[in-house]
Amino acid sequence: MARFAVRRALSALALLFATSVVVFGAFEVIPSYNPAQAIAGRNATPTTVAEVSRKFGFDKPVYTQYVNTMKLVFTGKVIDYQDDLNVVDQFRKRFPVTLSLVLPAGILWFGMAVVLGSVSAMRAGRLTDRVVMVAAIVGVSIPVVLLAALLLYFFAYKLTWFPNTGYHGLSNPVQWAYHLILPWIALAVLNIGFYSRVLRSGLLDMANQDFVRTARAKGLSRGQVFRRHMLRNSLMPIITMFGLDFATAIGGAALITEAVFNLPGIGQYEASSIGNLDVPPILVGAILTAFFVVLFGALIDILYGLLDPRIRLTG
Amino acid sequence: MAERLLEVAELEVSFATEDGLVRAVDGVSFALHRGEVVAIVGESGSGKSVTVMTLMGLTRGVNSRFGGSARLGDRELVTASEAELERVRGAEIAMIFQDPISSLSPVMRIGDQIVEQIRAHEKVSKGAAMDRAVELMERVGIPRARDRARNYPHEFSGGMRQRVMIALALSLSPSVLIADEPTTALDVTIQAQILQEVKQLSQESSSGVIFVTHDLGVVADIADRVIVMYAGQVVEQGTLEEIFYDPQHPYTWGLLGSVTRMDRPPPRRLPAIPGLPPSLTDPPEGCHFAPRCPLRFDRCHELPPLQARVPGVAGHLDRCWLQAGDKRDRREVEGQIGLATEAVA
Ligand SMILES: Nc1ncnc2c1ncn2[C@@H]1O[C@H](COP(=O)(O)OP(=O)(O)OP(=O)(O)O)[C@@H](O)[C@H]1O
Ligand SMILES: [Mg+2]
Repeated sequence: MARFAVRRALSALALLFATSVVVFGAFEVIPSYNPAQAIAGRNATPTTVAEVSRKFGFDKPVYTQYVNTMKLVFTGKVIDYQDDLNVVDQFRKRFPVTLSLVLPAGILWFGMAVVLGSVSAMRAGRLTDRVVMVAAIVGVSIPVVLLAALLLYFFAYKLTWFPNTGYHGLSNPVQWAYHLILPWIALAVLNIGFYSRVLRSGLLDMANQDFVRTARAKGLSRGQVFRRHMLRNSLMPIITMFGLDFATAIGGAALITEAVFNLPGIGQYEASSIGNLDVPPILVGAILTAFFVVLFGALIDILYGLLDPRIRLTG
Repeated sequence: MAERLLEVAELEVSFATEDGLVRAVDGVSFALHRGEVVAIVGESGSGKSVTVMTLMGLTRGVNSRFGGSARLGDRELVTASEAELERVRGAEIAMIFQDPISSLSPVMRIGDQIVEQIRAHEKVSKGAAMDRAVELMERVGIPRARDRARNYPHEFSGGMRQRVMIALALSLSPSVLIADEPTTALDVTIQAQILQEVKQLSQESSSGVIFVTHDLGVVADIADRVIVMYAGQVVEQGTLEEIFYDPQHPYTWGLLGSVTRMDRPPPRRLPAIPGLPPSLTDPPEGCHFAPRCPLRFDRCHELPPLQARVPGVAGHLDRCWLQAGDKRDRREVEGQIGLATEAVA
């Protein structure tokens, strides 16, 4: 276990380093990239731009810039170029919003996918299965922007069941949930469709396994065979998918949903930073995502070991 | 005669597939008595597994069609409700499958898998069920059973896993034990031990055993009676002696000819039956074996009924139009029973 932790921590460091280098380097090769000009403003004189460039160190060699920026990132002093705000503070402030969106949505999409995938597999080939699978395809194919817009149009604007957009803090849980129900749905639908199809096909493969036949031959009820023998062995693929999707979503990948529903989460911040070629927030966002991916990857491996005794944890 | 446990009559099983209706079992009849081992033999695809799995309702599905009857005591199994079958499975009819490696759940402790079986049928505490599981494991020859019950299947060898399967099958003292090629996946020495085990344990509990195999050597070791299946039908049925020393159906001769015997020089002609079994979606009219049979004649266009044809032997049934005396002259090939073929003459 200790060995596992150490090896994972080392690979995490390597991944974070690589990510930061790639992100940093990517901006150097963008032709229109001129951070000094951006900071100084459109109407600044060349002298002012040169001044800014010197102050922020943009005249230094790339690797020096990289080292300086990383120093600022890890001491929590890094400033974004668009609003002169402390990037780490921004992430800290916005992270609860993103988590409020992604965590319940994640529970929703995983839970619904298990239910729908199971129902579909149990009734394979029958009407229920067909209906669920068609719905799943629709869910997978509909763009999140469109789905979010449709939800807003019907449930907030036409029916006025839900508020338009915006975020309410957890201090008032009812308002919090009320404002987030539509975003949760918008974020979950795609994954419900995707996961339930993967689970269904896993379950159908499982139905032909010899040990499932043994379980039936023992006289277990259909439900017992399903829960104890089929479901447990079919969950691995969607658990793996969940780990990655969840990690990237809390790292900012839910940016479309955040933008449409005007939720001030980290995805929204990263989106506007990309639009402004504002390196520090993008860098921090990428590092954060990489960190979550590694963390959840390790958690999933631990879970794998618990679910399947044949698997031993190795780095 | 001993108590009759199981009576199968004109059992039919077909599967609707894209290529048409597969008639996997086509009018199979036999009986099983207490304390008896009945072997079902036949080439791959002849319907052995489908026959025995149907007795447990394991072939049911949206595409399956059934006909005929299979009675366990006075319970009809073919039309039984799923709930009724759940009570039968494991408790009155238990099954040992071919592949012990894949037949146990990889993610559950061995002991728990036996406990699960016991508790599916009896209201006993987990602890009591575990004690019984350990006892059963000892009975089938698993050393340090108490510790081993905490292991997972991948920590067991193939032979040990098959012992676990036997313990599982015997855990509720079923009256009918079905073994579907239980030794095919094991090496020869372990094979012999497992066979001994099955035979002895079934005798102790005086259950009836249906033993499916395509290995006639195994049949000779274990069976009291033999059923020979071909293309979904029974082509011959009789006691072990009758089948081995006075086989009536040319297909049986072919099977017997393919047994390799250590005590004789290998035959110069290949005794394997040439040709392939017929398609089950579109079986030939008349005798199903006729297209491969070197002795076929006009009558074979008509399907021979399964009936006693050897004078004075009521229990020895076969499906061949040839006269018993005629057959005796024709089945000797190079000093042993076999199927002489024109192709290699
Ligand atoms: N669910 C199913 N759907 C369609 N066809 C099936 C199904 N189950 C079995 N069959 C077909 O029924 C026939 C009989 O199969 P069965 O498994 O009983 O053969 P077997 O005698 O046990 O052969 P083996 O020695 O290889 O185990 C085969 O042709 C098989 O393809
Ligand atoms: Mg078989």
